[in-house]
Amino acid sequence: MTFVVEVLVTLKAGLSDPQGKAVEGALSTLGWSNVREVNVGKHIRLVLDADDEPAARAQVGEMATRLLSNPVIEDFRILETEEA
Amino acid sequence: MTFGRPRVGVITFPGSLDDRDAIRAVDMMGGEPVPLWHADDDLHGVDAVILPGGFSYGDYLRTGAIARFARVMDGVRAFAEHGGPVLGICNGFQVLCESGLLPGALIRNRSLRFVCREVHLRVETTQSPITADLTPGEVLDIPVKHGEGQYVSAADDLARLEAEGLVVFRYCAPDGTIDESHNPNGSMNGIAGVRNTAGNVVGLMPHPEHAVDPDVGATGGQPLLASLLTQALART
Repeated sequence: MTFVVEVLVTLKAGLSDPQGKAVEGALSTLGWSNVREVNVGKHIRLVLDADDEPAARAQVGEMATRLLSNPVIEDFRILETEEA
Repeated sequence: MTFGRPRVGVITFPGSLDDRDAIRAVDMMGGEPVPLWHADDDLHGVDAVILPGGFSYGDYLRTGAIARFARVMDGVRAFAEHGGPVLGICNGFQVLCESGLLPGALIRNRSLRFVCREVHLRVETTQSPITADLTPGEVLDIPVKHGEGQYVSAADDLARLEAEGLVVFRYCAPDGTIDESHNPNGSMNGIAGVRNTAGNVVGLMPHPEHAVDPDVGATGGQPLLASLLTQALART
């Protein structure tokens, strides 16, 4: 079976997020002065073959730990999985 | 009387930029540079290895994230585990952090700007292959050039790093004073370089290989590379 799995990678809370700060400033310049905080992360979409959905998610979890995210500075979350 | 020339490997990853300068600097300082390729199975018996600056794999995903899995890195890991002197400069530092050979990580500069200028570095410890012959408190003049050099670490890791003396360099004023106005990238505690617990692996964002030739500027890289060569020679 083929699955589409999406992973969201975000900077750990407490670390400075220079990109988020820059976007926040730009939004404020555009007039949206009510924005309190912006964080920029990464969205990674994978299409993979696996026996079933739990297997696909488990493999993506391992890949996220080893390569897709850096556990020293980032957290990751596996989003909804769909069958392709 | 003849002196041995220690053999210093310089790795080229796809996207490495400062490998040629590192090779030239090793040669100028009296070592024998040995070009290494990212796909090499081993380190060709070198006495020390340098991971140079640049933009390996286009900095895709994260700086150093993909180079970390290059085949030559198996050799680097084994060499490091046997006490071999390993130096990571700029992107090489990022690769060593990603690979877990050094603690912490490097993220986008706080200013969001690429910084390219000379800075002052204060030597914090002699427990590293590039500071073994220096004195703590010594100030060096060296250039930085990076967009992602902000050193970060989880709070408890940072405390451990400081307690164990793993910080090798901090950005400082010309007189050695540490303050935020001389921190070019927002690094925690002004950290410019760190070492591993064993003291044989070191990484820093500034570029010693760009600071050896008085004809082109600062020479703060000379004592660091000289120290690396001494350490390498001790292994021959």
